[in-house]
Amino acid sequence: MRKGIFAMKSILNGLAALGLGLAAVTASNAAEYPIKKPVEQDWSFAGPFGTYDKGQLQRGFKVYREVCAACHSMNLVAFRNLEDLGYSEAQVRAIAAEYEVEDGPDDSGDMFMRAAKPSDRFPAPFANPQQAAASNSGAVPPDFSLIAKARAVERGFPTFVFDIFTQYAEAGPDYIHALLTGYEEDAEGHEVPEGTYYNPYFISSASLAMAPPLSEGMVTYDDGAPETVDQYSRDVSAFLMWAAEPHMEARKSTGFVVMVFLLLFGGLMYLTKRKIWADVH
Amino acid sequence: MSATDSTEHTRRDFLYVATGVAGAVGAAGVAWPFIDQMRPDASTRALASIQVDVSGVEPGMSLTVKWRGRPVFIRNRTDKEIEEARAVALADLKDPVARNANIAADAPATDIDRSAGEGKENWLVMIGVCTHLGCVPLGQAGDFGGWFCPCHGSHYDTAGRIRKGPAPENLAVPTFEFVSDTVIQVG
Amino acid sequence: MSAGHSTYTPKSGIGRWMDARLPLPRLVYDSFVAYPVPRNLNYAYTFGGILSLMLVAQIVTGIVLAMHYAANTEVAFNSVEKIMRDVNSGWLIRYLHSNGASMFFIAVYVHIFRGLYYGSYKAPREMLWILGCIIYLLMMATAFMGYVLPWGQMSFWGATVITGFFTAIPLVGEWIQQLLLGGFAVDNPTLNRFFSLHYLLPFMIAGVVVLHVWALHVTGQTNPTGIEVKQKTDTVAFTPYATVKDAFAMVVFLALFAYFVFYIPNFLGHPDNYIEADALKTPAHIVPEWYFLPFYAILRAITFNIGPIDSKLGGVLAMFGAIAVLFVVPWLDTSKVRSAVYRPWFKLFFWLFVVNAIFLGWLGSRPAEGVYVAMAQGATLYYFAFFVVIMPVLGLVEKPRRLPNSITEAVLEKKSSAGAPATEQAKG
Repeated sequence: MRKGIFAMKSILNGLAALGLGLAAVTASNAAEYPIKKPVEQDWSFAGPFGTYDKGQLQRGFKVYREVCAACHSMNLVAFRNLEDLGYSEAQVRAIAAEYEVEDGPDDSGDMFMRAAKPSDRFPAPFANPQQAAASNSGAVPPDFSLIAKARAVERGFPTFVFDIFTQYAEAGPDYIHALLTGYEEDAEGHEVPEGTYYNPYFISSASLAMAPPLSEGMVTYDDGAPETVDQYSRDVSAFLMWAAEPHMEARKSTGFVVMVFLLLFGGLMYLTKRKIWADVH
Repeated sequence: MSATDSTEHTRRDFLYVATGVAGAVGAAGVAWPFIDQMRPDASTRALASIQVDVSGVEPGMSLTVKWRGRPVFIRNRTDKEIEEARAVALADLKDPVARNANIAADAPATDIDRSAGEGKENWLVMIGVCTHLGCVPLGQAGDFGGWFCPCHGSHYDTAGRIRKGPAPENLAVPTFEFVSDTVIQVG
Repeated sequence: MSAGHSTYTPKSGIGRWMDARLPLPRLVYDSFVAYPVPRNLNYAYTFGGILSLMLVAQIVTGIVLAMHYAANTEVAFNSVEKIMRDVNSGWLIRYLHSNGASMFFIAVYVHIFRGLYYGSYKAPREMLWILGCIIYLLMMATAFMGYVLPWGQMSFWGATVITGFFTAIPLVGEWIQQLLLGGFAVDNPTLNRFFSLHYLLPFMIAGVVVLHVWALHVTGQTNPTGIEVKQKTDTVAFTPYATVKDAFAMVVFLALFAYFVFYIPNFLGHPDNYIEADALKTPAHIVPEWYFLPFYAILRAITFNIGPIDSKLGGVLAMFGAIAVLFVVPWLDTSKVRSAVYRPWFKLFFWLFVVNAIFLGWLGSRPAEGVYVAMAQGATLYYFAFFVVIMPVLGLVEKPRRLPNSITEAVLEKKSSAGAPATEQAKG
């Protein structure tokens, strides 16, 4: 048995080395996107004890509201959810009231616009995908509710194995941050069709229809955080991670309790098992 | 039986009990989310209160709105209806309790305690569900000019109090308040 | 369920009354208390219990999810997100269910490989093995249909590709595909029937599991030596010995499960499934769930026509063949010795098979182009060769190591070679 495991290990190592070599070969002959892999960032919500930085989420929300929301909907998020960001109920009510949503029909059968309430979800900037496409030279801006979980650059072997142990689950925000800060003037020989912008971090081709959306100083922060493209990208990425996974903090804190319990229970179970088997061995 | 034998026994028993207790705690911990998920979810709870604009409701008109999945009757009563309701002696009522969530639970079912209160006596806000078996009563019908439940024949008066039929209680008045002169918040 | 004499004696009057009318306590006692199991079972043998636990966990979480899920293409995706966002503890139950499927497959693969290694399929346990294969097939069908329900991009395109298998069948293929889909493409009728069947199949699995356990209790467990139980000292009672060992293994397994659920719940999923299904846009790489990847690699490895069979049909046949071959394993293995412990060559080929299966899985996640295709073809060849060449031939030519006379002897041998004092008392 032990020999078998040893043999298996050496074979596995051999195969892993082979796989790595081959992956390198194949990657060069097929056009693989993205051209550059995202750089891993430090996130407050990473790791087993990670929590959202409420200040950062509020800043990220401001960036979303003032920049992204012009084109990108966030259909699954309701105003009431903003209390997670540290806003009071009254503040949420006030934020919601700044938006208009369609309601109705009224008594005469007409739809009407009214101020949004906390129970409403964020209204979309476009009435339907067709309108969104028409206003954005054919490319529909994706909804942002889940974008931080719906985008992840493949990690490759063997990194994806290590990710199990490092609990790497921030591929989404890493990608968003890389994309927003990754626009380059020089396309380095890549073909860039008319009306698109070269970005080596874009996941599905060399360029995308969205022009660089952020520029220095375009959103005013009142908490003294730097008003740079990098900071905006970082904040909005964190905000989008929250939007995609609002219960992450509860998940991780529950997880800690569960793991501690299972460890203790497992220990007790093991001792019981040994006690019971003592007279057999 | 030696002393070591009995300590061995105690230690063993303790271990088994500890393991059993841990298992029970774990099972209870697992059970909770499965019970918890049955409660109203966050989007439902967010709709737990609604605001209704009643500026267009003239005396003698009613408005039915949906609150927590059930109809709420909002009626601007006429002076005649109010007088009729006031004329009824408490002793004649089948259910002498106001059933008004905004005041004391044992308050008597006087007309003022059934209505929106001093200065707003004309307003009547009630959950439009018959206290018998849950049908929706018809407005301005029945022997007392109030509401009449067609399912099993319960008659309510102009203050929504049960007067005749199988229903045991007056129509319930939900928690509500006038947030402005023309807007009622229910819930 | 157990063969042989029942040793159950009801202690109370109620017990005797019940025993004369519905001897359920006797059945439970005989099957799960007094039932003798070989004393030398290692932890690889605890996965049967773990699988029962996972089946129950999937059914319970699934029933709860069905209370909130809506099987309609208009709202399915959003109803899952409502569970994740608004339903109390909904995120937990949903992640338990989605990761639970993966854990179920991890456990079933260990269970199958354990069976292969120790020759658990050999006579008289052929029915036991075949029932297991049926459970595995039902699990795959259930998992596939379950993956369609969230109505994400991978759900949709996975369903499109897998139902597309059937179009490879000559003449009636198209007709069968339309029958399965209830339309010309994956759409609302497909989602509705998949939901219905996804709810039904786990209960069918539970039914076959009962048969599987019944067959197990007729023949008794195998054990690492592969030698049948001969005397009383070869066995211990199921309770408390096996129960407590199984329970400990379950807790360890639950810790792994919990680690995935609470810390990396999306590790085994695919990001594209967080994009709502779009019938007009295929994702760049369609990849099935990890537990189907080896078979997916085999499907794509057949890129050539074999006589009248074109490559499409060939791939589908190879893929189904890869599962079908499991059913005849009891008759492919010609060895007189059951356990790989005493078969040095089989042991080597077995571990190669395990590595090959994992390698096929990795290939299944790669794009089907260039050198990957050639590698998948080689790995597919070994997969089939292991069953149809190595198993029958090796059984005839291999010289096994000396077998101990009984389980008890094997245990004692192990103990003395480990240097432990042989203080074996005859257990009565």
